[in-house]
Amino acid sequence: MSEKLISKIPEGPLAEKWTKHKANIRVVSPANKRKLEIIVVGTGLGGASAAASLGELGYNVKVFCISDSPRRAHSIAAQGGINAAKNYPNDNDSVYRLFYDTIKGGDYRSREANVYRLAEVSGLIIDQCVAQGVPFAREYGGLLDNRSFGGAQVSRTFYARGQTGQQLLLGAYAALNRQIALGSVKSYPRHEMLDVVLINGEAKGIIARNLETGEVERHGAHAVVIATGGYGNVFFLSTNAMNSNGSAAWQCFKKGAFFANPCFAQIHPTCIPVHGEQQSKLTLMSESLRNDGRIWVPKKKEDVEKIRKKQIKPSQIAEEDRDYYLERRYPAFGNLVPRDVASRAAKERCDAGFGVNETGLAVFLDFKTAIERLGKKTIEARYGNLFQMYEKITDVNPYEEPMMIYPAIHYTMGGIWVDYNLQTTIPGLYAIGEANFSDHGGNRLGASALMQGLADGYFVLPYTIGDFLASKIQVPKTNVNDPAFDEAEKAIKDRIAKLFSIKGKHSVDSFHKKLGHIMWDYVGMSRNEEGLKKAIKMIQELKVEFWKDVYVPGENGEFNQELEKALKVADFLEIGELMARDALNRFESCGGHFREEMQTEDGETKRDDDNFMYVSAWEYKGESSEPELHKEPLRYEYIKLATRNYKD
Amino acid sequence: MDLTLKVWRQKNAKDKGHFETYKVKDISPDSSFLEMMDILNEQLIAEGISPVSVEKGCKSSGPVAFDHDCREGICGMCSLYINGRPHGPDNEVTTCQLHMRKFKDGDTITIEPWRSAAFPVVKDLVVNRGAFDEILQAGGFVSVNTGGIPDANAIPIPKENADESMDAAACVGCGACVATCKNGSAMLFVSARVSSLALLPQGKIEAARRAKNMVAKMDELGFGSCTNTRACEMECPKSISVAHIARLNREFLKAKLKD
Repeated sequence: MSEKLISKIPEGPLAEKWTKHKANIRVVSPANKRKLEIIVVGTGLGGASAAASLGELGYNVKVFCISDSPRRAHSIAAQGGINAAKNYPNDNDSVYRLFYDTIKGGDYRSREANVYRLAEVSGLIIDQCVAQGVPFAREYGGLLDNRSFGGAQVSRTFYARGQTGQQLLLGAYAALNRQIALGSVKSYPRHEMLDVVLINGEAKGIIARNLETGEVERHGAHAVVIATGGYGNVFFLSTNAMNSNGSAAWQCFKKGAFFANPCFAQIHPTCIPVHGEQQSKLTLMSESLRNDGRIWVPKKKEDVEKIRKKQIKPSQIAEEDRDYYLERRYPAFGNLVPRDVASRAAKERCDAGFGVNETGLAVFLDFKTAIERLGKKTIEARYGNLFQMYEKITDVNPYEEPMMIYPAIHYTMGGIWVDYNLQTTIPGLYAIGEANFSDHGGNRLGASALMQGLADGYFVLPYTIGDFLASKIQVPKTNVNDPAFDEAEKAIKDRIAKLFSIKGKHSVDSFHKKLGHIMWDYVGMSRNEEGLKKAIKMIQELKVEFWKDVYVPGENGEFNQELEKALKVADFLEIGELMARDALNRFESCGGHFREEMQTEDGETKRDDDNFMYVSAWEYKGESSEPELHKEPLRYEYIKLATRNYKD
Repeated sequence: MDLTLKVWRQKNAKDKGHFETYKVKDISPDSSFLEMMDILNEQLIAEGISPVSVEKGCKSSGPVAFDHDCREGICGMCSLYINGRPHGPDNEVTTCQLHMRKFKDGDTITIEPWRSAAFPVVKDLVVNRGAFDEILQAGGFVSVNTGGIPDANAIPIPKENADESMDAAACVGCGACVATCKNGSAMLFVSARVSSLALLPQGKIEAARRAKNMVAKMDELGFGSCTNTRACEMECPKSISVAHIARLNREFLKAKLKD
């Protein structure tokens, strides 16, 4: 194990670790907080909640986002809900149960201590959001309503119709706005971080490009927080927003921050299927739909044929001719199995020839039973906006005919390696939310991303960053004229100039699409040694081609979306390779990572705890060398390792 | 589908701007409007690689800049003024959720940016909506810090109030209401936030101050006054009701009476 990979997990019983740790770490006095500067990059749930909370504490915060407003961050698109161990429904939920479900859902590849802390603070998040005026769904008695979600047998998900992410983000954004008005936070919209600057091995600032003017700017601080989300767009088609990218995290990697579990990407089972080559992005239909929707394909191939040729409507297939395959395979959890399990089961049926659209890559999500049981009105109240969105996109009315869905890339569990304090291997550099790797192991449970982003931003980072900053109270403001800034700025300017100078024959998007195809075919839902080796080679070749033949129109000194894309795709090409490399190394099936060589007779994942019960943390070794793998062993003191079982 | 596009081109805020005409071919009716824009841009990039005239005697200004992000109708980033309507001919959608099946083969489509004094053009179809952020910074929040909060169920809230608050909170901040208003008023946007918070006990405490400060900021930033024509409600992709404007007016009056 590398000496840098010290997880700093506190000693003591699991339930007391966080409390003890908080008591032991240092704090910064109000007078000293005023002297300290923190940069937060990204304004999703993690970034906005962190920036607001740090501003409230009295630090000087600079917050950067790539959109025209912090409110656009992709957290806004999360639909279904946020988990919290409140046990309001009296169904025997507890901090321990949420902790257990999250570790199990992650297929035993996350840290016990981190996940326990997440479950521990989950209830505070709901209190905080309600105080901010987040209009969560309520019962007639005036108290908060809960629903159930995949991977859990209790109802612990709080929601605001199908727009929970939006409402939580607007809450955090409002808190942020309040601090901006008070002057403790300065906001930099339409700014993209292009590098992190290190002085004497510590993070001391960033280089950012003003996207409106093209100006390359230097910003110094005593600490830098990365809250820039995941890298799912490496697949070109994903449910991520078009501008979501992995570049900030990748620049940290190239400056020495270890990158953990890059191959753990989540494929979400309920997305609207691809309509054709002109498609730019995939749309998610909330997992909450699986509460009432039943997933099926026809039992008979001739029915499949008729549906594909539009000779019959799906609703005409008799009940006994439908294969509710999740209910059949996983009786205990049925349609509410975790995402990775549901996705693979859909792929299995489609690969067997039962896919229900022209491309053969779709299954049904049907509300017929629920509408019969609860009435159309109830279903409309629960999912109205999702049904409307489905109809707008597909021109099919889901109250009458079942929805068609297919898995798509949705979230990346991997990310920048962090210790218990959310600090990366670079002192002064922190990573929170989806950008870090810490809490979801090999698979994230539904409604847990919102929980983690807000836990990190509101209740973890504001404490842990103080421990580092307490040693910086005598350190003056960072000098942005330091040679380290000169060097970083020059490297960025050279990179941009290089991209313009290529004047090749192919657009940025054409390379991104090619990369997406390689990733989906070989590093997607199902992976094997031969395919992964092939993918690494193909991505390397594509990268060479990109730097020889890409065409970037326009110039730097203007609003230039093609240049923005080119910088992102250049990094995606490298992230994709690391994902494939990590997937090749991990010779086991676990969570969202499915190695074909490692499966049980009935096609379930086969973990190898003896050899792979570790976090893989990759270290950058320069342009011409392969990255080095470090292993952080995972220890399970409180949870008994078991094969995930959603059958009984 | 084959289409003719008349697209507003403007190099930057200072440039006067002009229309350019392009043709796109073989657009799938299942494509979204923004996917059609992607195809146009691929075409304009290809033209940059090996120059050909777009229309006789007219050279294009490269790919068209337009704002977009989630493409799921929730981030509020997309902001195209299509054939004289914000977000185009379909109702209750943002531009990203508008699909080409709403057009006919051979149609000519005019595409412009939001036009409002408070939203200066950045480039082509991209505008600066920073004024919306500034209005919310003036009071669109509940003044609570992180931590030290009572249990979420400590204050019961009638379901009807929570639901109506949620109706108002559905605003995505796209600015269609301003773009469609003859006066460029931001009343629907402001009222959505004021109303959403005023309906909840948590927000009630500061309701008067909030309404007053947000309206003052709106006026200061150059948004016009309400026309009462309800065009904003018609064009709002989230169908935010003008009833919220009535509530804003009540809150505002209450605040003024206290002065």
